[in-house]
Amino acid sequence: MSYLLTQLANGVSIGLVLGLVAGGFVIVFTSTGVLNFAHGSVVLTGAYLVAALQPDIGFWLAALVATAAAALLGVLVNAVLVRNLAEHNPATAAILMLGVDTVLLTEMTRRIGNRILPLGAPWGADVVSVGGVTVPTARVVAAGVAVVLFAALWFLFTRTGFGVAMRAAAADGDTASMMGIRLSRTGAAGWALAGGLAAVAGIFLTSFPTQGVAPSIGLTAFAAIPAWVLGGFDSLPGAVAGGLIVGVATALTVGYEDDLQVLGRGLGEVVPYAVMILVLLVRPNGLFGRQAANRV
Amino acid sequence: MSDFLDSSRLPDLADRPARRHPARRVSARRVSAGRRLALVLALVVALGLPLFLNDFWLQAGLFSMAAIVAAVGLTLLVGTAGQLSLGHAAFAALGAYAYTWTAGDTGAAPAGLGLPPLLALVAAAGCGAIAGALFSPISGRLRGIYLGLATVGLVFVSRHVLVNASSVTGGYNGRRVEPFSVPGFSFSNSEPDYLAVAGVEFEGLHRLWYLFVLVTAVAAALASNLRRSRSGRALASVRDGETTAAAMGINVRRAKATAFTVSSAYAGLGGALMALAFGRIAPDLFGLQLSIDFLIMIVIGGLGSVAGAAVGAVFVTTLPLVLTEYGADLPFLAAPGSGGLDGATLSRFAYGAAIIAVLLFLRGGLAGGLGRARSTLRDRRRAPSAGADGQAQPGRQADSGTAKDPGTAKDPGTAKDPAGPADRPEHELPSHSAPAVPSRSKETSA
Repeated sequence: MSYLLTQLANGVSIGLVLGLVAGGFVIVFTSTGVLNFAHGSVVLTGAYLVAALQPDIGFWLAALVATAAAALLGVLVNAVLVRNLAEHNPATAAILMLGVDTVLLTEMTRRIGNRILPLGAPWGADVVSVGGVTVPTARVVAAGVAVVLFAALWFLFTRTGFGVAMRAAAADGDTASMMGIRLSRTGAAGWALAGGLAAVAGIFLTSFPTQGVAPSIGLTAFAAIPAWVLGGFDSLPGAVAGGLIVGVATALTVGYEDDLQVLGRGLGEVVPYAVMILVLLVRPNGLFGRQAANRV
Repeated sequence: MSDFLDSSRLPDLADRPARRHPARRVSARRVSAGRRLALVLALVVALGLPLFLNDFWLQAGLFSMAAIVAAVGLTLLVGTAGQLSLGHAAFAALGAYAYTWTAGDTGAAPAGLGLPPLLALVAAAGCGAIAGALFSPISGRLRGIYLGLATVGLVFVSRHVLVNASSVTGGYNGRRVEPFSVPGFSFSNSEPDYLAVAGVEFEGLHRLWYLFVLVTAVAAALASNLRRSRSGRALASVRDGETTAAAMGINVRRAKATAFTVSSAYAGLGGALMALAFGRIAPDLFGLQLSIDFLIMIVIGGLGSVAGAAVGAVFVTTLPLVLTEYGADLPFLAAPGSGGLDGATLSRFAYGAAIIAVLLFLRGGLAGGLGRARSTLRDRRRAPSAGADGQAQPGRQADSGTAKDPGTAKDPGTAKDPAGPADRPEHELPSHSAPAVPSRSKETSA
């Protein structure tokens, strides 16, 4: 029983972190209509910056700088590249981000090489035990931070004028801009938010049970895409729910891998995608997605 | 209302379509003739190249042609039907393994069916199509990039299956690919052991080259026919607006599912060619990066154009190969593994930068840019005669009877024409009024 609970706790924690990444996908997509394939590299960049800066300036300051830098990176990508596309449509924007991803990932791989950089986080490799359930402290902190961030996002999008403006811009850009909302600002804010969330997620994706910062983290962040798709493409609560589903499903498959031998080795990597395909078969717009207006 | 029907403009309006129509027809015919010439040239070059290329370039050519087949299939889906797919590596994998398994030796370690390779090639395309059709509950309902994201799952699921179904696929290490052969002739280094054309020994790579040229040409021809056919237009109409398409009587779901199925069949065939070019396949060849590469090929080349897909496929396939092979000759590159800028890293950078540059600066990709450059050139070449035409027109408007007769045209404009008014057959006159811009600007300013 405690084994099951441990797996569940791990799954929920990882799921919340994936939710942060998926939330970044949602925010960029709703605010500028871009499918941000470079998001995984931004996650990696954030984590790398923390690992590279923390010997000199300490972990907390490094985390702050990395978050700001990732946000700035997002804003720059949007301002310099996305807004200057020769043809602005979702497909070319998505491919552009694949190009950005290639460049970023190559640079990160070149800098990191075969090393695994230690993150230097204060929680280190500690574990917390509550009633027979043992989880790494990093996972507990991750869950806490994620919940706080989601609450902050909720507050931003429902209680502040700028957040409501961002939602208006996402719902109907043309009308919003006629109401005096600057789409360039809401877009930049969306990219900045997504970049910041990515850096925070990067810190937790490279914390204790993981060894440290390695280029493969970019691919781990890719597992947030099923979470995003599951939740519906334009719903922030959906992203959280999708992240939780993916996280728990993955943790349970990995935890009970011995009983699932029939389905083959390494099932944990596939489960997010398999779950996504199954959900899409039943609900093509995801769990929380807006139904497409026209049915044909 | 009376402003619009200003009597002085009426004759012009009435007579413009008649003037323009033949011009457009002539230029359209000229373009298609030029295109035909380019195609024939490309084919001749493709057929002659193996006489001059070394093994590295032959191999690069084979990879490129395999990629062209898959990319052409994807451009039908993305460019024509407006559906995105990131799952094409899965279909390529399916085709590759279907070929290898069907043609594989019955006694080998991962056993095969031992059927003729030609049948196996058909099976590869068939398996791709069937898998694509099985995905139609999703591909028929999702639109555009949503479908693209959903198909990401296929790559990971197929990789899992490939690694675990080792009795058929050979697991992580993959399996050897049976060389292609028809009875009495093998596309490998044996049977016949020695074959030479014009003094060049034709080994397996040379022989495969011709097989690949044939398959690629047929695949490309079929695709461009499909684009122009009734079904192709139906797909384009779905892309441009599903509601409109449905109102026109197109079954949107079925059209989208069909596009996905056809495209998957192409991917399967392309995968089988890849298998033949590699000679040995393993699951890692067919990862997400391959799907991404396919997509990048067609976008760099220019969405929807078959020629663009081909150009993009060659570019994307050969760039890393060339930079890795010849990277050592570039002075500013470090040795691989030294942490500096090595050939492989540079090729990744160049790849990413090329994608970004094309998308930022070339509307319509490489094919679009090429087409614009061509039309700019053509306009520049025509510019003198267009100017002459513009000056000749007032005369014609004043007295159309005399101006139409080249012999009596006395104004300096026509005299400037290098061909001379008298040599020009009368039916060609309308053709160089094609740039109707000068006359139109005159009308609006009047």
